[in-house]
Amino acid sequence: MTEEIIIAGFGGQGVLSMGKILAYSGVMQNKEVSWMPSYGPEMRGGTANVTVIISDERISSPSLNTFDSAIILNQQSMDKFEKTVKPGGLLIYDPNGITRHPVRKDINIYSIEAADEASKLGLSKVFNMIVLGGFLKLKPLVASEFLHKGLLKSLPARHHALIPENEKAVEIGKNLLKPVQVL
Amino acid sequence: MGELRLMKGNEAVAEAAIRAGCDGYFGYPITPQSEVMEYLMAEKPFERTGMVVLQAESEVASINMLYGAAGTGKKVMTSSSSPGISLMQEGISYMAGSELPAVIVNVVRGGPGLGTIQPSQADYFQAVKGGGHGDYKLIVLAPASVQEMCDHVKLGFDLAFKYRNPVMILSDGAVGQMMEKVELFDQIARRTDAEVISQCPWAATGKPKDREHIIITSLDLDPAGQERVNLKLQAKYKKIQENEILFEEIQCEDAEYLYVAFGLSARICQKATDLARAKGIRVGLFRPITLFPFPAPQIASVGNRVKGILVVEMNAGQMIEDVKLSVGCNVKIEHYGRFGGIIPSPEEVVRALEQKIIGG
Repeated sequence: MTEEIIIAGFGGQGVLSMGKILAYSGVMQNKEVSWMPSYGPEMRGGTANVTVIISDERISSPSLNTFDSAIILNQQSMDKFEKTVKPGGLLIYDPNGITRHPVRKDINIYSIEAADEASKLGLSKVFNMIVLGGFLKLKPLVASEFLHKGLLKSLPARHHALIPENEKAVEIGKNLLKPVQVL
Repeated sequence: MGELRLMKGNEAVAEAAIRAGCDGYFGYPITPQSEVMEYLMAEKPFERTGMVVLQAESEVASINMLYGAAGTGKKVMTSSSSPGISLMQEGISYMAGSELPAVIVNVVRGGPGLGTIQPSQADYFQAVKGGGHGDYKLIVLAPASVQEMCDHVKLGFDLAFKYRNPVMILSDGAVGQMMEKVELFDQIARRTDAEVISQCPWAATGKPKDREHIIITSLDLDPAGQERVNLKLQAKYKKIQENEILFEEIQCEDAEYLYVAFGLSARICQKATDLARAKGIRVGLFRPITLFPFPAPQIASVGNRVKGILVVEMNAGQMIEDVKLSVGCNVKIEHYGRFGGIIPSPEEVVRALEQKIIGG
């Protein structure tokens, strides 16, 4: 099993940390992982994206142009990454702020209104974990016990009190998915 | 099994230095390797092991601090990225001439000049052929993963002291910035002063009454003396060439075609190898891990069995010269490169093989 994932959105949405938590959970479950961020000009404001690969085997290229799954959180990322999903692959997006919805006919598409739900529940800090929950519902790459361990490892000790809130957000996300197009 | 962590390549370099028993790190920040010093400052090895971490006023100062500290037999390291490494070349040449051990990490970015902060492999010539003046060699290691970023620090110190020679870890911005699973080796104790004196009789550790001064210099105004220094260095490089080659072969047994690539490019070629084989193209990958000593006989052995070789580098064609010198003229050898911080995709590397080698 190898899953090649792109997570893309605005800086500050928790794109990189979502990827890191997913990758660290993979490490805890004894998977091979790689996490390759966009760094540089775009990191200093504007868009941010990260390629995460989780595999049972040694990972070859950490840098990819096509993906099994795309998690898309803003319009610029939709424009850039919709076309990079492999045929039959998965695209999850938060429609908040999206003006041009995905048009591909050969991929599975789900929406997740995570931004709205997060602000409704006063959980805007764990918006990214709501999205991650939605993704893990469709692609159960890591079991919840390993996600817990991944959170323990990814978050500094002073933030460990927030882990239950993060895990709650993951559960919320699992029930927030809406199928847009299922092949 | 050692402790498992998810780390950036740059963080792995820093943690590995602490664990390898490094005595001192001197550096100056530059993207994309600033996490090395950031990690060290946050981790406070001065409290963990007593290791010194010092931000110098410039790269020129860093390399000369390294020069001085290495002369006392201490295990020392610096890191920088391409423009900073260029500034260090004078000091590196002096250290090679004075036969001093140290680890120098270059997390390469696109050039020339200030260039870009994105990954590149355009410093191959500088690292392997001697970026400073004079006939000298660095031992050059090319990590392709975060695990190797960690392991090459330990290996680098071992080789540096075994041969009294500076070692360069030639990485790139992507390997420095990406995170992967790392198995960390256990802490190696820093050497005591008594251990340094007994293990490094060449080091300036203070003059007892019963022996002459130890003078560490790269200067000998007598040409006969300086020629002897050069002959000694060349004999050492020959010994390194004979004993320290590291490489990896992937799917080479039945290969009709061959990729040769180091570092990040080798990871991309590994994916390209899988994609090409899915299309029925029998291609293998040869990855030099040491760039000096270059695995010339090993590449020749695989290279002379195949119909064509594509050398893939994030530069305009540097290592290809060494591949050609190794394999000779009987096999078609072409280059595919991207520059200035662009990382080639596995798909374009497959297309390049089809167009330049198979179809060409």
